[in-house]
Parts: sequence; structure tokens; C-alpha cells
Amino acid sequence: MKNYNLFDIIGPVMIGPSSSHTAGACRIGYTAQNIIKLPVNQVEFVLYGSFAKTYKGHGTDIALLGGFLGLKQDDERLVDAFKIAEARGLKYQFICSDDEAPHPNTVKIIAHTNRLETWEIIGISIGGGKMIINAINGIDVQFSGDYNTLVTHHKDNSGMLAKISTCLSEHRINIAFMKLFREEKGKIAIGIIETDEMIEEVVLNELTRLDGMINVNLIEKIYD
Amino acid sequence: MKFSTSNELILYCRNNNLTLNAFSLSEEIINTGRSYGYIRDYLKNVIKVMQNAVLSSQDMTQPSRRGKIIGNDSRKIHDRLGSHNTVCGETIAKAAAYALSTMELNASMGKVVASPTAGSCGVMPAVLMTTKERFALDEETLISGLLAANLVGSLVAKNATISGAEGGCQAEVGTASAMASAAVVHMLGGTPEMVFNAAAMCFKNLLGLVCDPIAGLVESPCAKRNAMGAANALLCAEMSLAGIESIIPFDEVVEAMYRVGRALPPSLRETSMGGLATTKTGVQIQTDLFK
Repeated sequence: MKNYNLFDIIGPVMIGPSSSHTAGACRIGYTAQNIIKLPVNQVEFVLYGSFAKTYKGHGTDIALLGGFLGLKQDDERLVDAFKIAEARGLKYQFICSDDEAPHPNTVKIIAHTNRLETWEIIGISIGGGKMIINAINGIDVQFSGDYNTLVTHHKDNSGMLAKISTCLSEHRINIAFMKLFREEKGKIAIGIIETDEMIEEVVLNELTRLDGMINVNLIEKIYD
Repeated sequence: MKFSTSNELILYCRNNNLTLNAFSLSEEIINTGRSYGYIRDYLKNVIKVMQNAVLSSQDMTQPSRRGKIIGNDSRKIHDRLGSHNTVCGETIAKAAAYALSTMELNASMGKVVASPTAGSCGVMPAVLMTTKERFALDEETLISGLLAANLVGSLVAKNATISGAEGGCQAEVGTASAMASAAVVHMLGGTPEMVFNAAAMCFKNLLGLVCDPIAGLVESPCAKRNAMGAANALLCAEMSLAGIESIIPFDEVVEAMYRVGRALPPSLRETSMGGLATTKTGVQIQTDLFK
């Protein structure tokens, strides 16, 4: 990553001790709950590689859970993540895995919602507090959270993307990056749309009402 | 950052009658899409977090700040400072205490500014706050120092690396030291050439420094190396402000730092498979921590 800005060079402002093992982990947890949106009753964090080996020394567990509770990387309440989880009745577990992972700092978050859905989100911490979400529910995706990101679940029909991009352009929202993934032809597709502009509630409502749209989630740009 | 060398950058600033801080600010407005006000507020918060970090170890109402390995060393220097009998004099001793304080806070999951990284987060606050107190600098001056330091850090990140895993400690504490020294020279009225001379000298003094953290944690030897990086920053600022130039120019020094970093074996680049991490005591600490 050669495109650093002020917020990388003199920042991030963060809870220590490690930008990759603490701040990046927090950001993965935060982004995961932002994707799921629903209240979660139980969550498992499966740790791989360096995360599995050194998570206790770096507070990776505290950071992942704190992020998952909606705390940002510079929130001093992070250290109380275990207590906050207990107070909210969120059950949590950390599992170390010896399995191969895409990156030394990888975590799989398995979350069980109050509607009995199970979500599986894989994130990697790539250094300097930055992260990438690698997979959502078994579908490979790749996004950094550096942009306002729309995650759409929609029917794999022709014209869906055109409808989405028309809606965005009508609201003068510029698409920075757009990716499309699907499990199987004709079933459900996931769109990852990263935009320069903020996305207002009205736009989200319009997108949700599109024919063939199942679910739209906005993951707001968290930090610079 | 539109320039790749400090030479181009200095020339551009001179031709356009821009200070380093004004150029840095205008670059970041373009770079990040954020407003002037947003960036200033961000830097004000950075100063607040740094100020709190350097003083945190003196707050006796707080429980002692301990990491898994280090803790409470900052207070020891503060106690000695009170005796007015320091070896280094007040400025260096205070800078060391401030750097240790910030690293102890970081190790105990407190709030810090990774500048440029968490492993080197003690250097900038130590140097900035020591200089601020010594010369009664105001917030405006500190902001201009941070903006000048940002130019140094950006050039290093662009042309070399600021990651210990890639370039060893010289890339982390070395960059922090160069940034801090640049800030001091800029804040005290040095020319842009002096700013980059100070940064170049900082790197030269730390060239080859390996990254060998005990048990893989950002604690030992990191904390004391931050104290050293702070002292080095002040020393090089002193030399530069006196008119001493770096024999090798900044851009070439950064290139050399990168080459040296790549030449370091992986065992000395943050893997904890060499250096102090694999000494008898280092291994024992790791075994005790993760048993």
C-alpha cells in the first residue's frame, strides 16, 4: 500500500497495542456487525495464523468483540468489551484454528441472530489498522471499508445492476468500485458497491424497493 | 503526495512561496477529500491524545500502567527528574519519560496515535511535548510541526516502508524519529532544507536497527527504543539547526534505509525469530506468557 495519507502517517488514533492485531481486529468486528445489522445472541470468533498465536498478548479478542459491539478503534471503552457483552447478554467464544488461512491475520466471525439466522464473515487485518472483508456467508467478496459500501443481496436476474446504478446516479452518487458475486446462476447475487458520497436514507429506501432486491445494507465509511 | 523526492518538494514550496505546513495541508485536502477544518480538528485531537499519553504515567489516581512485559518505567525517570541530578539534562530525560509513558499506555490498551505505527507511537509525542514545554509553543505551532512531519513520513512510506515486518525497526522508530526531528526544526524556524537534513541524520543514526520484539508483543525492546528515537530526534534537530548538513541527502538516505531493510533476514523483521526475541531470557518470557 503506497498511497498513504495524513490519517495513516499521523494516525490512526487507536487503542493499543498493535495496529494490525488490535485496531485492524476492532475494525473487522465493527464492520461485521454493520453488515449483519440485526441483534446477535451469540458469536464465535475463529482465529487463524498469527491471530490464533498471539491474540491474548495483543488484546485481539477484546478488540474483535468490542468492535462487534459497535465500538470504534479509538474508543476507550474497548477494554471493557467482555463486561459490555455480558451486560447486553451477548454470548461469545474464541476458537483457535490450525487451518490454512488466506492471510496470517485472519478471523472468521460466526454470528447467530435473534431471528435464528447464522452469518459467517471472514476478515483479514492487512496492517496499519486497515482490513479487508473477504467473504460473507461463503461468498467471496473483497472490500476495505475505506468507502461507503453498499452490500446488496438480490435475485440474480438480468438488469439488476442497471437498476441499482440508475438509482444511485439519479441521486448523484458516484460509484468508485463495484463487484458482483453469486453462489449459483439464477439464485442470489451479492453486490458490493463502494461510493465516494454518503448514501442517504431515501436512497436506501429506493434501493430496497427495487424489484428483485432482497436486502440492502449500508456500511458507512468508518475511519479515514 | 504528488512528489517523490524532497528535492522536488522543497523547490516547489520555494517557487510558490509556500511553507512546508501550508503545502502539506493543501496536499491532504486534495488527497483525502476532507476540508481544511476537518483536518485541523483531527490534528487538534491528535495533539490532545499525545498530550494525555505522555502524562498518563504520572497520574497516580490511575492503576499502574502495565503491559504483559513492561510497565512503570516512565515514573522512575520522572522521580529522578525531580532530583535535578540527571545525566542527560532535563530535556532528554523528560523526552525519554514521555516516550516510555506513551508506550506503557499503548501496551496497556490505552489510547495512542500510531505515528507512523503503534510500535513507534512514543517518539512523536515525546519530542513534540518536550519541545512544546521548553519553548512554550502554542497549538498552532504544534499543528504546523505535525504537518511538516507528515511530509517526511509520506515520502518514506512512498519510497521505502514504515513497516517493521518489511524494513525492521529502522523503518518504524527510524521514521518516527525523522518525523519528530523534522517537526522540531520546522517549529523552531528552520528552513525546509534544515528540516530534511534533520530527518536524514535521524535515519543515518538508526540504519540497520532490527525488529525483534520479545514474544511478538509491542513492548520490549520497543519502549526503550522509542526513548532512544526521541533522543535521536532532538539530537539531530540540534545539529541541523546549528547548520550541520547531512552528507548524504534525505532522498538517498531513505533509499538506503529501504535497501538495508530488504537485506535484513526475515528473522529480524518482526517475526520474533531472531535477535533479542530468541535470547534465553526472551524465550523464557514468551514461554511464561503463553503457557
